[in-house]
Amino acid sequence: MSRAGGTGEPAGAQPPTPGALRRALGSLTLLGESPVAMVGAGIVAFWIVIAIFAPWLAPFDPNATLQPFAKPGAAYAAGAGTFWLGTDQLGRDILSRLIWGSRTVLFYAPAATAIAYAIGIGMGLAAGYFRGWADELLSFLANVILSFPVLVLYILVITTIGASGLNIIIAITFASAPGIMRIVRGLVLDLRNREYVAAARTRGEAAWYIMLVEILPNARGPLIVDACLRLGYVVITIGVLGFLGLGLPPPDPDWGGMINEARPVALAFPHMTVFPCIAISSLILGFNLLADGLREISLRD
Amino acid sequence: MVIFVAKRLALMALTMLVVSLLLFLLLELTPGSVATKVLGPYATDEQKQLWLAANGYLEPLWSRYIGWLGRFVSGDFGQSIRFKAPVADVLWPRLWNTAVLGFWTFAIMIPLSLALGVLAGMREGAGLDRVISVTSIVTTSVPEFASAVLLSAILVFWLGLLPGTSPMTSGFDWRQLVLPVLVLVLYDFGYVTRMTRASMAEVMTMPYIRTAELKGLPRRRVVVRHALRNALIAPFTVITLQINWLLSGVIVVEYFFAYKGFGALLLEASLNQDIFLIEACAMIAVFVAAATQTAADIGYTVLNPRIRFA
Amino acid sequence: MTGPSDLAPLLEIDRLSVSYSSRGGAIPAVVDLSLRIATGESVGLVGESGCGKSTVAMAILRALGRNGAIVGGSVRFRGRNLADLDGAGLRALRGGEIAMVYQEPMAALNPSLTVATQLAEVPMIHARVGKAEARRRAAAMLGQVGIGEPDRVLAAYPHQLSGGQQQRVVIAMALLGDPSLLLLDEPTTALDVTVEAGIVKLIADIGRRFGTAQLYISHNLGLILETCARVCVMYAGQIVEEGPAEALFRRPRHPYTQGLIACIPLPTNDKNARPLAPIPGQLPPPRHRPRGCVFAPRCVHARPGLCDVGPIAMERADASARQVRCVRWRDIAAADVAAEAPPARPPVPIGDEVLRVSALQKYYPIGEAGIGALISGEGIRTVKANEALEFSARHRETVAIVGESGCGKSTFAKILLGLETATGGAVYFAGDEISRIPVGSRTPAQVGALQMVFQNPDETLNPSHSIGAQIARVVRRFDKERRGFGIRGRVLELLDTVKLPREFYRRRPRQLSGGQKQRVGIARAFAGNPKMVVADEPISALDVSVAAAVTELLMDIQREHGTTLLFISHDLGVVRYLADRVVVMYLGQIMERGTTAQIFAPPYHPYTEALLAAVPMADPAVSKREIVLEGPLPSALDPPAGCPFVTRCPRKIGRICEVEPPPQRKPVRGHVIACHIPLDELAAIEPVFSAAPDAAAE
Repeated sequence: MSRAGGTGEPAGAQPPTPGALRRALGSLTLLGESPVAMVGAGIVAFWIVIAIFAPWLAPFDPNATLQPFAKPGAAYAAGAGTFWLGTDQLGRDILSRLIWGSRTVLFYAPAATAIAYAIGIGMGLAAGYFRGWADELLSFLANVILSFPVLVLYILVITTIGASGLNIIIAITFASAPGIMRIVRGLVLDLRNREYVAAARTRGEAAWYIMLVEILPNARGPLIVDACLRLGYVVITIGVLGFLGLGLPPPDPDWGGMINEARPVALAFPHMTVFPCIAISSLILGFNLLADGLREISLRD
Repeated sequence: MVIFVAKRLALMALTMLVVSLLLFLLLELTPGSVATKVLGPYATDEQKQLWLAANGYLEPLWSRYIGWLGRFVSGDFGQSIRFKAPVADVLWPRLWNTAVLGFWTFAIMIPLSLALGVLAGMREGAGLDRVISVTSIVTTSVPEFASAVLLSAILVFWLGLLPGTSPMTSGFDWRQLVLPVLVLVLYDFGYVTRMTRASMAEVMTMPYIRTAELKGLPRRRVVVRHALRNALIAPFTVITLQINWLLSGVIVVEYFFAYKGFGALLLEASLNQDIFLIEACAMIAVFVAAATQTAADIGYTVLNPRIRFA
Repeated sequence: MTGPSDLAPLLEIDRLSVSYSSRGGAIPAVVDLSLRIATGESVGLVGESGCGKSTVAMAILRALGRNGAIVGGSVRFRGRNLADLDGAGLRALRGGEIAMVYQEPMAALNPSLTVATQLAEVPMIHARVGKAEARRRAAAMLGQVGIGEPDRVLAAYPHQLSGGQQQRVVIAMALLGDPSLLLLDEPTTALDVTVEAGIVKLIADIGRRFGTAQLYISHNLGLILETCARVCVMYAGQIVEEGPAEALFRRPRHPYTQGLIACIPLPTNDKNARPLAPIPGQLPPPRHRPRGCVFAPRCVHARPGLCDVGPIAMERADASARQVRCVRWRDIAAADVAAEAPPARPPVPIGDEVLRVSALQKYYPIGEAGIGALISGEGIRTVKANEALEFSARHRETVAIVGESGCGKSTFAKILLGLETATGGAVYFAGDEISRIPVGSRTPAQVGALQMVFQNPDETLNPSHSIGAQIARVVRRFDKERRGFGIRGRVLELLDTVKLPREFYRRRPRQLSGGQKQRVGIARAFAGNPKMVVADEPISALDVSVAAAVTELLMDIQREHGTTLLFISHDLGVVRYLADRVVVMYLGQIMERGTTAQIFAPPYHPYTEALLAAVPMADPAVSKREIVLEGPLPSALDPPAGCPFVTRCPRKIGRICEVEPPPQRKPVRGHVIACHIPLDELAAIEPVFSAAPDAAAE
């Protein structure tokens, strides 16, 4: 709405909403322009709600062993309630474990992504803005790390430092920051030649001011899209690590770990593995659709 | 051009050197822990000291590294603790099995994703484009372990069409290869398709495509002669880099289907702290990845006249 | 008397309307447009950006894309309605009967096919000849469009050619189908002025030699006057005036045409004698065009109740096939246009020396540095971006640096502002030597005293921050006294100074038009009360009428603040208009410097002479000598050993030019020409401009 108002608009036509709030509302309406992004945002929001309200939504204690090998829809023989998605071989309710498991993934994935971004952005800004030897050194280090197949890197790091929540975050940061750095560096190399950056330099602004205030805000579009995609990858990574037995230590529910634990009996009881697979795939799909929709929106303007 | 290739190869060698140093430091920094891993947790201190002395572990770090690197380059990867055999004897057959898996994955994925990508990108926003785009997003959203589970549930549990594991204990069996290949293709084709589509769609909006159309060329010639050539430069890089992804994917797939490949070996070595096997597997994985990256860079230059004749 | 339009028309556009569909509804791009082009005739279509002129070309070729459509009227070519053509018919038309030449030759050519492939496919498709014959024709055609080595060019990829060669290839490609109509969409806008002159001459020749009719689309009135017999002026999707080129320029009837012509700085005018008269207001957005006359809101002659009622039709204005879309043209014609021009202004007294540049030199090492170079072992070459620059600027003075791309003018600006450091020589600014002090090491006073206005309106402002915040940041840096609300007050004052409404304080750059953004850029540069402002092509990306307004604003503020202005430009018309002194640069060196009057009259440096001759003149009262430079600009990596201009100089006197750097010849104090030709010979050169014999046009 505010974009359409050209210069013919009379003074004071803008609503007196505070700037930040208005912009947030503006970006929400922008999201509405892409059905793909809306669907993606809907799926992600669904899981966020589930994660927040897990204690109230889960019908059972996720770690309680109740009744092994119950089929989906079976009633709890020794008490009240239904195992809507069945139970695993230890007798834990799969639905409750899925609900609680969303907390794990929705805590670790954003946390790891955020930390990887903080480091990747710092490195990318430095490499792209200063160029020269700083760039060569950082780019070479990034190259070395990126030349590892990702999962090989994860396996090496996790088997060396051990599987724990913090170590998973460290491993993901270590493996993702170089990729983020490359993207940021590319954007900075382009943006640093803009005239407004030259204007800032001609008035003697410090390098940190130019990088953080003049350049970084203008790189946000591609970075937001990339962050959504990367969140999807990190969810996959957490799932794969759990699946390979390198994830969070049991017994707390973790989607990848659930699949790994049920694997020996999976061919006889597919429900134990199929539902966690659907859960994790839907969350990844949410992030991917959101990223795709956001890219489409950003290309349109 | 020769200088460029030489430069790329030198960079790759340097990368490999740094990677080897990192691996060495990660796994062999403290000789004591190496001895513990090799001899097992119940070995006495005396036994460990003897072993360390016998294997040159009492020398300074740098000379150990150089010695290790020298042996490594000459093909002597050491002894596997878990398999009680030279690493090389364990490694090469496994690598071959993975190469078979990778070959079939690529043989199916590349033509499929290029064709779909070009079809979708030719008319951006058309019905066909929407269907292909949504399909590729959905399939890339299902990680390998999940699609392995889902496909097994359908094809093995309900329909009983295929075997659920692929150990190939009694010789090569193509029916055991179907599911692993299918899982890898399903996860990877979407990404390549989307990249091809994006590249094709971008090229179709270029002024030179308009020039070709306004010259009066038939649409077929515009697409085949003028668009494809430019549109396939970007996917070329994506495809070669896909080998790096595939090396991750095979670990999951081989583990799930108990396929006796290189990825499963790496995982097994890591979980069992079989350090010489880990070193060999990791170095080979990085070598393959770095070599394809180098090939991608060189290929990109060859394909792109703007860089070739700069 | 038979006007060209009475001949059998080749192309006949009748009441054409074109709309684009968008999320917010249909956008009318062309409204009720009628146009006839006879066989062999050249017609110009002129207008500012967004007027719909390119859409006309695309509508003729039925290439409006998926969201564009012809919503009314018809296009007939040789009597056939083009809407009836099927796929095969359309393909035969495109390239075979109507061919097109584009604005960006580099983008119009396929980067991964050789020139030979791209040229040969035209005769292969349209004349159904074999590959070898097609290639032979392609080579012959390259020769026809002035390419010296057709075989080398045929084997090349587009990026290996210079801009001028690329455009010649595109023209050859268009001519290979032997079309009877050529559509030229801004064919020289992306080229340097001296290269442009060659292409313009080629296009004019084509009309003569091949008898090809032309529709020449441009924003540049001077070019249209030089290339076309008949002109249509477009505004907001409509043709507002049409007529024979010379008559139309001598006596424009429509108020918009009059306004447009009054906006053009001519090499024969200056800022004090005849200030520019910008058109007030802005182009209305396509969906909010007024009822009645589309120009009425900006027109001084508009009368409510007359101009804003119903649609206005084209009206025949006089005998010479002149048509005007104005209900008041008779009343306006009565008033003398010239009398409405703004009054002359007294010249400003020039003060003390502010800037002195002495033997300034800037070499760039190229090739890779660091690890890459160690590995490759590649030798380091240097680009001589600036060599022996020598000039000065005084208080309140405007000094223009003129030159084409790669002449080093922007490098010089960077050194001045401390974004680069010099490798030799000195720059004294307000008494301090600053050539080797990067901006980070300069005192706040030095930084504030020297500020810059940038070229590209879309890049000059940071899209992430509001206008107010961006100007406030500058005030906060340079005006240490101000705190809190004082800063806001100063920013509002600055908005007043650049004649922008105060509510722009909270706007974001994307809500502003190009001209408005440039005004903010000017406000930002003047926020610290600088002694000197460097303006690097500040108006070259703007439309004619907007550029005039921004130029006038810059002049006014400079006058008010007593600032020294260093104006960097490639456009000699603007330079002549606003500069007091001029420095002409070529390949990093000064070819000539002196007062504006000295530069624009003989003795000239041969390069200055060629530059002057290359300026498109939108004034039929002035006639101009034709000088077309051969060859492309040499690379700054590999400049000629002697005089840098030797490879293209039409007045080269011999070997001495190739081997020895030219001596500095000084006809009078302050005027320097770097040339081997003796002064008396240079002085004897006939002026480039002269009064045209008054054509008995009307």
